[in-house]
Amino acid sequence: MDAFLLQILNGLDKGSAYALIALGLTLIFGTLGVVNFAHGALFMIGAFCAVTLQRILNLSYETVDETQTDFLGNPLKVKTPYVESWFGPEAGAAIIDWSVPLAVLFAIPIMLAVGYVMERGLIKHFYKRPHADQILVTFGLAIVLQEVIKYFFGANPIQTPPPEALRGSLDIGVMFGFDPNAIIYPIWRLVYFAFSAVIIGGIFAFLQFTTFGMVVRAGMADRETVGLLGINIDRRFTIMFGIAAAVAGLAGVMYGPLNPPNYHMGMDFLVLSFVVVVVGGMGSLPGAVLAGFLLGILESFASTTWATTTIPGINQIIIYLVAIIVLLTRPRGLMGRKGVMEE
Amino acid sequence: MSNKSVTRRGVLKTGAVAGAGVALPTIFTASSAAAYTNEPTGGSVTLGFNVPQTGPYADEGNDELLAQQLAVEHLNGEGDGGCLNTFTSKALQGNGILGKKVEFVTGDTQTKSDAARASAKSMIEKDGAIMINGGSSSGVAVAVQGLCQEAGVIFMAGLTHANDTTGKDKKANGFRHFFNAYMSGAALAPVLANAYGKERRAYHLTADYNWGWTQEESIVASTEALGWETVNTVKTPLASTDFSSYIAPVLNSGADVLVLNHYGGNMVNSLTNAIQFGLLDKQANGKDFAIVVPLYSELMAAGAGENIKGVLGSMNWNWQLQDEGSKAFVKSFGEKYGKPPSNSAQTCYAQVLLYADACERAGTFNPCGVVEALEGFEFDGLGNGPTLYRADDHQCFKDVLVVKGNESPTNAYDTLEIVEVTPVEQVTYAPDHPMFSGGDLGQCNPGA
Amino acid sequence: MLGLNKKDTSLLIIVAILTLLAPFILNPFPAGSAMAQFNAGYPDLMQRFVIFGIFAIGFNILFGLTGYLSFGHAAFLGVGSYSAVWMFKLLSYNVIPAIALSVVVAGLFSLLIGYVSLRRSGIYFSILTLAFAQMSFALAYSVLSNPKFNLTNGETGLQVYADDPQILQGANSPDLPHLFGLPMRSTYTLEVGAWSFDFNAGYYLCAVIMMAVFYLAIRIFRSPFGMMLRAVKSNQQRMNYTGLNSKPYTLAAFVISGMYAGLAGGLMAAMDPLAGAERMQWTASGEVVLMTILGGTGTLIGPVLGAGFIKYFENIFSKINDNVLHGWFSFLPDGMEDAMVFIVHPFIGKGWHLTLGILFMLVVIFLPGGLVEGGQRLLNWVRGRRSGADDKTAGKTEPAE
Repeated sequence: MDAFLLQILNGLDKGSAYALIALGLTLIFGTLGVVNFAHGALFMIGAFCAVTLQRILNLSYETVDETQTDFLGNPLKVKTPYVESWFGPEAGAAIIDWSVPLAVLFAIPIMLAVGYVMERGLIKHFYKRPHADQILVTFGLAIVLQEVIKYFFGANPIQTPPPEALRGSLDIGVMFGFDPNAIIYPIWRLVYFAFSAVIIGGIFAFLQFTTFGMVVRAGMADRETVGLLGINIDRRFTIMFGIAAAVAGLAGVMYGPLNPPNYHMGMDFLVLSFVVVVVGGMGSLPGAVLAGFLLGILESFASTTWATTTIPGINQIIIYLVAIIVLLTRPRGLMGRKGVMEE
Repeated sequence: MSNKSVTRRGVLKTGAVAGAGVALPTIFTASSAAAYTNEPTGGSVTLGFNVPQTGPYADEGNDELLAQQLAVEHLNGEGDGGCLNTFTSKALQGNGILGKKVEFVTGDTQTKSDAARASAKSMIEKDGAIMINGGSSSGVAVAVQGLCQEAGVIFMAGLTHANDTTGKDKKANGFRHFFNAYMSGAALAPVLANAYGKERRAYHLTADYNWGWTQEESIVASTEALGWETVNTVKTPLASTDFSSYIAPVLNSGADVLVLNHYGGNMVNSLTNAIQFGLLDKQANGKDFAIVVPLYSELMAAGAGENIKGVLGSMNWNWQLQDEGSKAFVKSFGEKYGKPPSNSAQTCYAQVLLYADACERAGTFNPCGVVEALEGFEFDGLGNGPTLYRADDHQCFKDVLVVKGNESPTNAYDTLEIVEVTPVEQVTYAPDHPMFSGGDLGQCNPGA
Repeated sequence: MLGLNKKDTSLLIIVAILTLLAPFILNPFPAGSAMAQFNAGYPDLMQRFVIFGIFAIGFNILFGLTGYLSFGHAAFLGVGSYSAVWMFKLLSYNVIPAIALSVVVAGLFSLLIGYVSLRRSGIYFSILTLAFAQMSFALAYSVLSNPKFNLTNGETGLQVYADDPQILQGANSPDLPHLFGLPMRSTYTLEVGAWSFDFNAGYYLCAVIMMAVFYLAIRIFRSPFGMMLRAVKSNQQRMNYTGLNSKPYTLAAFVISGMYAGLAGGLMAAMDPLAGAERMQWTASGEVVLMTILGGTGTLIGPVLGAGFIKYFENIFSKINDNVLHGWFSFLPDGMEDAMVFIVHPFIGKGWHLTLGILFMLVVIFLPGGLVEGGQRLLNWVRGRRSGADDKTAGKTEPAE
């Protein structure tokens, strides 16, 4: 029972990452009809927003400490971050400590801008082109973006630790009457889950309850008619692209403390997120979220010793196996619409 | 080999006259009368440096490349000479190799065995490289080693830690300076027993491919010999980026030590996850929980950041060593590039020097001559103290370092501290040890 | 000739001339010169051009004609390689049985996967093929290489060991892949002045096979079967309404392209007897998609050009390092030299991915029809200049369409 609960928990936070990326992908696909292979790169850029902010906050001036030496035997240069000298050592250290949550604020405008520029500068010209061309150009863009990041930040992962107060883990099992140490769960993973729940809820509420959202939904259903009504749907879709980019970016910012960002993390997620989107059904937002959590949880269960001894290698292939089973039993994924991306 | 009765020396003799004498196929070139593949004819000799330049290990590859360039400088008599001054063999004069100026070409392995072979082939076929050096994974090392054997050039392996490289996949034309998984186990186990006691229960998370398996096997064997118990060994998929579902059950499994048989990005993530779950703050079986990372590298330590504090592991070499060879190398590397070298950089540097020295002593670039010169070669002054290149399997035997994540690092580079230098006797094994059995060196192949 | 019309015959002849003379064409620069860096005429890369050309031609039969975008074709290439190496291990180093088996096994494997995947269309089909290929990759990398049942030798790659049975291996036959005694590696180097040209046995085997399968592809494109496949692409629904079942046609196309992939895999193993699991990874499947789109989807020669383009960058640009750069720009004054090296540095060596990404974008933005369209435009431009005013009027009438 406790092992069961533990894997559900694990699946939830894996699933949140999948769901957030898949949600953004589906938004872009549903509104603009574009298959965006650069979406993983947006996730990666989000994570590097956090790295950049951390670097900025850690900008330091050097003072020479004659009492210590560096690895070549020269006097050691001690670095003091400017933030610490401006706000005092304690407040400065606290700001640096909270750099990841701060990076959420930092990343929103950046990601919106990145999304806007990407849509206006590149994607716009590909609406009428075949999906194959869209794939090629966004894949090219993804490579360029990740190589640029690699050029500036290197290939090695870079730690973006969570704030001191949110490190470590909670003994959730004890709260529910299990033995101590039975269900231990890291605080930041709970934060991540809560964060993604808020974002997902926010996106749905935005689309459901605002006029803007209503128009966008109408545009997703029938773009031409909405256009004929004299509504500038293109501009709204551009904004939705920015929002989708921001969702991917925020997913990346918050993901950093779980696993340190590196330049190829976007590619690692790219294929997986497409599988999630398709299993959910092309063009369906609830489908994307549902599939994200479903695959996350199943992946967690497949990694238990019980599962891997029953079927060797199941943890390697579970996602793909589920995708095949779902697509063979439900032709358009869990909640896909007829006729979308079927030709 | 179709002709097993021919001795190596015999091949060398006939090979010098005509390589075809032992029914060896004509490889690469049939037009010139070269005695061996890519025999240098002009005033220079070309070495091939095959390192990962794209992909997750690009930074490690870059470090290797820097060290190799430094080695070339030293061989050509530029710079401060580095380890040429401390190396016990004095054959190298700083005038290139055998009087020929050393030049190099580079290639990108992408840490994929196919791509690595393609770039090695291009260096051999197109650029006339006579030796291939570098790499940062065992899969690549074994694949390129096989290629070099077929092509008739020497392979000086870079970072490769799996037992198989000098075990079941060993080749006469291939040489490994780096240590291996067995040595890690032999060096680590006593230190672990000292630090954590002899009654421990270990839980292994292992990367699900060849290197992971050999390391798990080695660590399990050496820790169990000292009284530890192995609770469980779990294989994690190679493509994993998140290990939470593998870490979560550890605490409730009855284990009190977690061994992470992961490398590179996998290790950085699995260790970060383990720290997130607060494993190091917990107690199990009435003992403080401990984590062990059997194979460390400087870049992994940098990637894992604060998480490695107090975590034990092993290394081939570290820049903090105080012997003359290490100091000379760290000085010239540090002054040129502004950072201390990593242990894979040191291996690649040493390998280039060892190759050059063997050519000088053999008086030829002929791979068979080089093999003869390197087999059973004893030397010192390149770091790690007195070292032997064993003839039976072309594995270097030298001291191994047990290191620990530094509790209070003073700069970006001393994230690891040396706990113990395990003497070479303790990590030496018989050539027919079961973990290394099944291979055959074969004959050296000069190609042509 | 050979049942082809005039245009196709001349295309085939051009391809034949280009492949047979490739050792000259790809080595335009003298061996010792600074530009020799751009020479691609060494055996390994020439073999790769042709092998990936075969792979892409086959892929194009499926994607270019039917519009079904498979994202898992690398699995067939990988299976082909594994079968070929197993033939080396069990029978002998002769490449004929190895290549034959790789085609057969890849055909069977693609029949299985195609039968299941073709029950869906569009992106659902793509994801199904991707899922099968990724499963094959994951299993080949780990589970299928465990010591008890070692089918693939995992990370290291399947290779031939001295203690393998090799029951048909003769006492005198070469110890590496050969065609009835002619080793695939044997190369004749022709030195002409400062130039040197490599004529490699393996390359010519691949080249002959490529011409054969290229001919086959032309025949498929021009056959009633090919028309049927195009019908699937343009409107499958209408086709179904006329009472035709399109599935056997698409399945046949899938299996044919799977066999092309298997052939490419078998040839790869024949040139270099090692089969690595990475050959089956999604990036490898994606690569052939890129090759085809980049070259020109649905055109005969496009995929081959795309394959050459990508392999050239992978193998040539990745090897240019700062040392080489300094060599090129050494004629400039010191400061200028360093500045040039600094500017070019991010795009070469470890930056070759960046260059490739930029080129993908440029090609697809400016040449929607791929490299083939670029070639056509160039040709039209040249023609236009030659014949002057007549074409101008003809050009003006065109947009009326």
